[in-house]
This record gives sequence, C-alpha cells and structure tokens, in this order.
Amino acid sequence: MEGNTAWVLASAALVLFMTPGLAFFYGGMVRSKNVLGMLMQNFFCMGLVSVLWALFVFSLAFGGTGKFIGDFGFVGLKTLGNVKTVIPSYQGDFALVVAPLAFCAFQLMFAIITPALITGATADRMKFRAWVVFLFVWLVLVYAPVAHWVFAPAGWLFKLGALDFAGGTVVHINAGIAALAVILVLGKRKGWPNEQMPPHSLPLTLLGTGILWFGWFGFNAGSALAANGLAAQAFLNTNNAAAAAMLGWLVVERMKGGHATTLGAASGAVAGLVAITPCAGFVGGISPIIIGFVAGAVCFLAIQLKYRFGYDDALDVIGVHLVGGIIGSLMVGLFADKAVNPLGADGLFFGGGASLLGYQAVAVGATLAWSGIISFGLAKIISATIGLRCSDDEEMAGLDLSQHAETAYAYGEIGSMGRAG
Amino acid sequence: MKLITAIIKPFKLDEAKEALRGLGVQGMTVSEVQGFGRQRGHTEVYRGTEYTVDFVPKVRVEVVVDDGDVDRVAGAIVAAARTDKIGDGKVWVTPVEQIIRIRTGEMGPEAL
Repeated sequence: MEGNTAWVLASAALVLFMTPGLAFFYGGMVRSKNVLGMLMQNFFCMGLVSVLWALFVFSLAFGGTGKFIGDFGFVGLKTLGNVKTVIPSYQGDFALVVAPLAFCAFQLMFAIITPALITGATADRMKFRAWVVFLFVWLVLVYAPVAHWVFAPAGWLFKLGALDFAGGTVVHINAGIAALAVILVLGKRKGWPNEQMPPHSLPLTLLGTGILWFGWFGFNAGSALAANGLAAQAFLNTNNAAAAAMLGWLVVERMKGGHATTLGAASGAVAGLVAITPCAGFVGGISPIIIGFVAGAVCFLAIQLKYRFGYDDALDVIGVHLVGGIIGSLMVGLFADKAVNPLGADGLFFGGGASLLGYQAVAVGATLAWSGIISFGLAKIISATIGLRCSDDEEMAGLDLSQHAETAYAYGEIGSMGRAG
Repeated sequence: MKLITAIIKPFKLDEAKEALRGLGVQGMTVSEVQGFGRQRGHTEVYRGTEYTVDFVPKVRVEVVVDDGDVDRVAGAIVAAARTDKIGDGKVWVTPVEQIIRIRTGEMGPEAL
C-alpha cells in the first residue's frame, strides 16, 4: 500500500506538470501576440478545476455505484483522507491498493489537462471570460459523466467490457470532439487559411513536447494504480509508442513535403503518446511500436483534413487528439493481450475475436456523441449570451493585450512605461 | 526617384504587400517599429498596477519608385491600409538623390 501510494502520488505530480508542458507546446505554435492568452487558458485550468474537483466534481465522477454518473457522497472530499475509506465502485478485482486521497489527486490531474487540450483548437480568438464559463460547465456536464462511464468500475462502458487504460476516450476523444464542436460555433481566425500564421517559437513547442513526454509516464504508468510490473509495462509502452510515432510522422512528412521538421517531430511524438494512452496497460511486446508508427503516419495525414473541410483547428487538436485517440482506442481491440494484463481481454490479433473491438467502438461512439452534442450546445449558449468570440479589434491586437493587458516579450528599451493616473 | 515611407497597422501589411505586387512594384523593405500619433498608447497591468505604454507596434514599409509612379503606389498603400479607425498610420514621400544596384553597379532608375 505505501509503495503503491508513493508511486501514484509521484505520478500525480508528473501529470500536473503536463499542463504547463501543453501550455508551452501550444504557446510556441501561436503568434507572439497570443502566447500569454494561450498559457493563461491552460494555467487557469489548474486553478478552477482543482477547486471544483475538491468541492464536488470528484464525487460526481467517481462516487457511488451508478452506471451513468457518480453521487455526492464525497463532496468536499470528506472521509477520503482515511486510508480505510472505500470508494464504493472499487471492490473485488478492482479494489484500490493506494490511499483513496492519492487516487483522487491523480484523477484530478487528468481532469485539469483534458479541457486544456481544447484550447489548441480555439486558439487566438476565444474570449477569456467565455473560456472560464465553458470550462466550469464542461467539467460538470461532460468530463464527470464520461470519466464515470469509462474509468469507474460501476460505469456502463467499463461494465460493457470496453478498455481504456489511461484515457483514450475520457481524455483525448472527449477533448478532441469538444474542440471540433466549439470551433464550429466559434468560426475561423481572421485571415485563415490565406494568411500565414507561423509558430512564433518552435523551441518553446519542443520544450513543451519534452515536458509532455516526461509527464506522460505518470499519466500512463501511474494508471496501473500500483508500483508493479504492469506499471513498468505501461511506462515502456508509452516511451516506445512516442518514439515510433515520431518516426512514422517524419517518414510521411519527408515523403510528402520534402523536409523532416522539428514541429513534425514534436507533433508525431504527441500523436504516439495519445494513441498509446488507452492501450498502455493492455498491450506488450512490439505492439506499442506498431501502434505508435501507425498513429504518427495517420495523424500527419489527418491534420490536412481541416483545409479540405474548412474548419480552423488552429493547432491540430482534432488531427492529433481526436484521430489519435480513436486510433488508440480501436487498437486496443486489435492488440490487447491477457498475458500482459489478466484484468484486460484478448484483442482480435491475440485470439480474442472481434468482440473487444466492438466494445471499443461503442465507447468511442458514446464519447463522440455525448461530448460533441453537449459541447456544441454549450458553445451556442455562451455565444448567444456572454459571447464566445473576441471582437475583431481584440483579435487583431492579440489575446495578450486585449484579454489580459500584458505583453509577453517586452524587448528593447523604448517601452516608455509610466504609471497610469 | 522618390522614397515612399508608410507607417501602417501590422495586420494590414499583407494587404499592402499584395496591392503593391499588383502594381508591379519590384521590391520593398519592411521593419517592425513602435511609435504614436494621435492614437496615443495603451495600458498594461503588472502586479495590480496599471501602466501606460506610449508606443504602439506598427510596421514601416519603404519603397523607392520612379517619379511617375509615386501617386499610384502611395495611393495603393493608403487604400490597402485604411480601416477608417484611429491609428491607421501615415504615408510620406521624400526625394531620393541616387540609387545603385550593388551587384551590377547600375545607377539611377535602371537600378530600381
């Protein structure tokens, strides 16, 4: 119990670190007038989600034994500090072997980064105020139920037999389809796609990628919820899928575009990390390398879709997280192996037939439908009330100045700043 | 020969560039500058205190043209950069004594 708890607490810290990592991954890709706006939308998740989680959202996601949603039994996290407290749906084979509060902290970090993923698609044009409201409501109406369906042993998708080790559906498909729904309401950035909008700092993007890769060890290996061989399996799977996906992306990019780019290496690695997330504790051997390579190659092709269909997915959240999440979730149905994890199942390639693949497809479809519909409706309501999108002048001035009254890079000596008033 | 200098809003650079290309202008130089006119600056907030920043980011476009092209080129920049709001910038024209193309040593209008 103590060793397991130590690993899960360390993993929780690793996963928290992914959110600043994501902020810099995205922040480097936007234009310099919008970098603080991007960092702020991500960092703000650490503030608001943490508080809501403690107040009632943890209870809503993981409390009770209902099929569709938790209850209010752990509101304010009461009694959760006692290591003898049992979270009702975690019994029998699925009994927690870590302190309940460590589990709560670990799951909090997932709830922080999931909505943060959306900000890459909505970059450069969403009002900060609208983001605050969206984040609050989305966490309650979308994140909590989907996490309950898939992660909690009482949830209907868990009971059905769908497997999601660390959040292919709950995190990546969930955020990816929400991103698509919101940008359909939000519209394109001014000037897209004719105007060039190059990343203002690829070094920041690569630094962010490194932090994400590092933090992902907590995300996936921590999801074993124990310090054991399965955690080690998930750890190595995570690393190897990211590595293979980087290669897959670069190979296709080099063949189609002529150059292997640093942004391609970063995006490929993230695509692999996304795809291995649901598989991490169910596959072994060279499966993660195959999964990663396929995800890297397919996600590179998927990011071209926005030009064909005309939706402005600014930083390719849909191409990487939605498509990568779907690939990973379905790959579980092909590559899962009970020799790796006896609580899992055998996939199509490991003698288990097609039934697991079917359950995976149901989990993917349910997440797409629920998150897509609720997110679209929520964006519409915000748009019609407090407004979703910045004014043209605010967008042109950039989010940094218009939303936060700050400038990211105050270079040079001619600022000539004086106290106002 | 004349030097046309335009101070415009940064996001209008693309439109100005396309307008000049459309007129067959062979080259231009752009730089990021800061300044203020009647628009004045803006305010920023640091640690709860509000500061005024006098200088606003602008783009300076410089084009050297033959005397006969001045009105057309300056007019195109004005049309492309205008938003009708305060802070659109200015265009001015100054005489140029000599131009030399470094590679060939050509001088005067031939070097344009």
